[in-house]
Amino acid sequence: MSLKTPLGRVLGLGSAKEGTDHWWGQRVSAVAMLMLGSWFIYSLLQLESLTYLDVIRFIGVPLNGVLLSLLSITLSYHSYLGVQVVIEDYVHAPGTKVVSLLLSRFAHVFVAIAAVYGILVIGIGS
Amino acid sequence: MVLSILHRMTGVAMSIGLIVLAAWLMQAAAGPEAYLRFTVAMSSLIGKLFLVGWSFAFFFHAANGVRHLAWDTGRGFDKRQADRSAWIVVGFAAAATAAFWWAAT
Repeated sequence: MSLKTPLGRVLGLGSAKEGTDHWWGQRVSAVAMLMLGSWFIYSLLQLESLTYLDVIRFIGVPLNGVLLSLLSITLSYHSYLGVQVVIEDYVHAPGTKVVSLLLSRFAHVFVAIAAVYGILVIGIGS
Repeated sequence: MVLSILHRMTGVAMSIGLIVLAAWLMQAAAGPEAYLRFTVAMSSLIGKLFLVGWSFAFFFHAANGVRHLAWDTGRGFDKRQADRSAWIVVGFAAAATAAFWWAAT
């Protein structure tokens, strides 16, 4: 038990050094998502249909595969940063918070890899 | 004020949508039968409601995100401008969602 104020305890320790990275990463991925998202919406509207053959043909075009992979990775990253803030704001119990952040990280990496893997399988198969 | 919480809610909604996006790609990679099961599920009434919801979430979050990026540069902060841009964001999101589904169907 310390009699120091919370401010007194942290003064001089320096920042966690992660604040600007998080803020900047969110902005950079936001700008990237504006472009990739617009492309994706446009592409969906250009698609003949969402049936198997049309979708496979679309994803199999190399440039589409690259942009879809970029979109999946950027979206996962942007989503991870956003969900992290939501967890930090609403989950206060230290244990639950760490576990939630950990699960969120695992889930986001899993989803990003799954999406890119699916795109690769389709690209190589076509 | 209301838009701030809506920004979070649409963001979290799309985080869940991201799982469906990955499932779409994985099922397409898995082959025609798996893909068909996916499209049948998404064509159900609940599936369609979610898709419409995610499209609105996308347009809203994108437009409100641009608003946030403008704020980051120090612009549009006074009350009148912020109110006006809020209505533009809501109007754009509703119109874009309607236009998207009109063009898609």
